[in-house]
Amino acid sequence: MIKKLYKTKILVLLIVLLFLILFSITLGAVKIPFIETVKIIISKIKFIGNRVNVETIKDSNIFIVMNIRLPRILMASLVGAILSVVGASYQAIFKNPMADPFVMGVSSGAAFGATLGIILGLNKGILGFGLTSVIAFAGALLTTFLVYNLARVGNKISTTAILLAGIVVSSLLSSGISLMMIFNKDELINIVSWTLGSFNGSSWTQLLVISIPATIGTIFLTTYSKELNAIVLGEDQAQNLGVNVELTKKIILVTASFLAACAVSVSGIIGFVGLIIPHLLRLVFGSDHRILLPVSVIGGSIFLLICDTLARTMLSGIEIPVGIITSLFGGPFFLYLLKRNRSKNLI
Amino acid sequence: MKPIVNIENLHFKYDEAEILKAIDLNVPQGSFLSILGPNGSGKTTLLKNICNLLHPHKGSIMIEDKEVERIKYKNLARVIAVVHQGTDVQFDFAVYDVVMMGRFPYLKRFQTEGKEDERIVKKAMEDTSTWELRDKSISEISGGERQRVLIARALTQQPKVLILDEPISHLDIKYQIEILDLCKTLNKEHNITVITTLHDINMASRYSDYIVLLEKGNIRKMDTPERVLTEENIEEVYGIKVDLIRRNENERPIIIPK
Ligand SMILES: Nc1ncnc2c1ncn2[C@@H]1O[C@H](COP(=O)(O)OP(=O)(O)OP(=O)(O)O)[C@@H](O)[C@H]1O
Ligand SMILES: [Mg+2]
Repeated sequence: MIKKLYKTKILVLLIVLLFLILFSITLGAVKIPFIETVKIIISKIKFIGNRVNVETIKDSNIFIVMNIRLPRILMASLVGAILSVVGASYQAIFKNPMADPFVMGVSSGAAFGATLGIILGLNKGILGFGLTSVIAFAGALLTTFLVYNLARVGNKISTTAILLAGIVVSSLLSSGISLMMIFNKDELINIVSWTLGSFNGSSWTQLLVISIPATIGTIFLTTYSKELNAIVLGEDQAQNLGVNVELTKKIILVTASFLAACAVSVSGIIGFVGLIIPHLLRLVFGSDHRILLPVSVIGGSIFLLICDTLARTMLSGIEIPVGIITSLFGGPFFLYLLKRNRSKNLI
Repeated sequence: MKPIVNIENLHFKYDEAEILKAIDLNVPQGSFLSILGPNGSGKTTLLKNICNLLHPHKGSIMIEDKEVERIKYKNLARVIAVVHQGTDVQFDFAVYDVVMMGRFPYLKRFQTEGKEDERIVKKAMEDTSTWELRDKSISEISGGERQRVLIARALTQQPKVLILDEPISHLDIKYQIEILDLCKTLNKEHNITVITTLHDINMASRYSDYIVLLEKGNIRKMDTPERVLTEENIEEVYGIKVDLIRRNENERPIIIPK
């Protein structure tokens, strides 16, 4: 039962996202007028495409819009959506509003994999992916698996154990990364900039390969909204309402970690999205996951799209890693929210 | 009367020490049963065994002649509703939505609540005088109000058994009476079996059909209030001397520490 009030707010968010996508395409080293951008995109849509005339538009502009900016912008939105919805899900099963998509060690695992890939010189492509991405993905999944099994006692998973195991495994891997960096000083820049996250060079193939599991995974997560609602009010209570708590937690953990691994393998480590966005949206929409999860998808897209646009346009000639932007803007904003809402006794 | 909960030779331990020892307990359908006993005697542990949150290492718990561990979670939640001891709520939900969660065991995965569920929720909230609270946040209401909200949620599960763990321990005397009166009404008018732990012996005496006196994981006594609440029994279990007062034959005993 989604309340009417929320329906309009959701609609507004969707329109904002659509507008931002179109508007951000116009920005960049080459300025492309808004109308021209819209025309180019419509011309590529089947059936209605031939109704707009793009003959007067420069080929180079069409190329920039379709092959450089649009895939990158969509990729940033997609990754933002994933990180945010994964953050909201983790926060629910850990009953801890401070949990983020990287609690399970996904980020350190991916970074370790990527570092390994970079120093082994595996940056060649398959399917539009650097082999580095593939190794990063494997690293993320392996680490999650390790953390999960370390924290599992018998058939149960304890929240505290997961958080602790996540922290310890992450610092172990970080030491490993530092060690590899020391012995491979010439790759230092590559490793660091992968770690800081970037959407530079996102391609349509990449986008396609990631968007399929991302869509399925996200929809799957949202089908567990009722269970998550019950779980955040207490696991014992949830079980007495008929929720299979342990099974739900496992399903969410596995799905969310897989999604996080997908995101990290194409974008590097982008912090703060999964932490701030669900938190912010909870203040507006409350904690009902039937609303929170879908709006997290939209909110995460908007946030990361804005951050990535800033990253690529703020300084001319040089691109700032997007991870720096998200924490530079997200951090203080988050602290502000925390301070302001502490009195209200909301997380 | 037919037992709705039937416990035979139940043994339970968290780690080494046995917390519950050879518990035999029949809860007749439609009865109001209170569990009394000192702190740490195993009351909460016993309740959690009954509602399948903990599993005995020996013995059996039957709900309507079925082994509790073999009942599907959703099916169990249609028979037993539990009001847990007050917990802090970190997340923000409207009272109405919290009560609606009680319909979970009746909904399929992709099903959303319908008119019928809304009617049941409204009725439960009216019965517990929580309808006025429906738009408030669960984190912004008082302890007594929250207790009533949780009872409302339990009612929407349309259970045959209502289990409560110390439902009145944070409440003032007015709410204590209100909550227990409510339980009694549900018990008498809707034929819901009530199993509750209590610390207040006089309240237990006043409301219960049966009292179980628990001592270090053993059932010391299970009988009517008149038979269980004697000077000797209370001194043995709690180690204090009391006077028993009964104003007339029809009234339940009241205890006053000496
Ligand atoms: N999770 C646990 N792990 C280990 N021991 C426990 C656990 N929970 C309770 N115990 C122990 O089991 C015994 C019974 O505890 P229980 O909570 O059932 O008592 P109680 O009768 O409900 O007490 P109270 O009146 O204080 O609520 C106590 O000795 C307690 O220390
Ligand atoms: Mg207790």
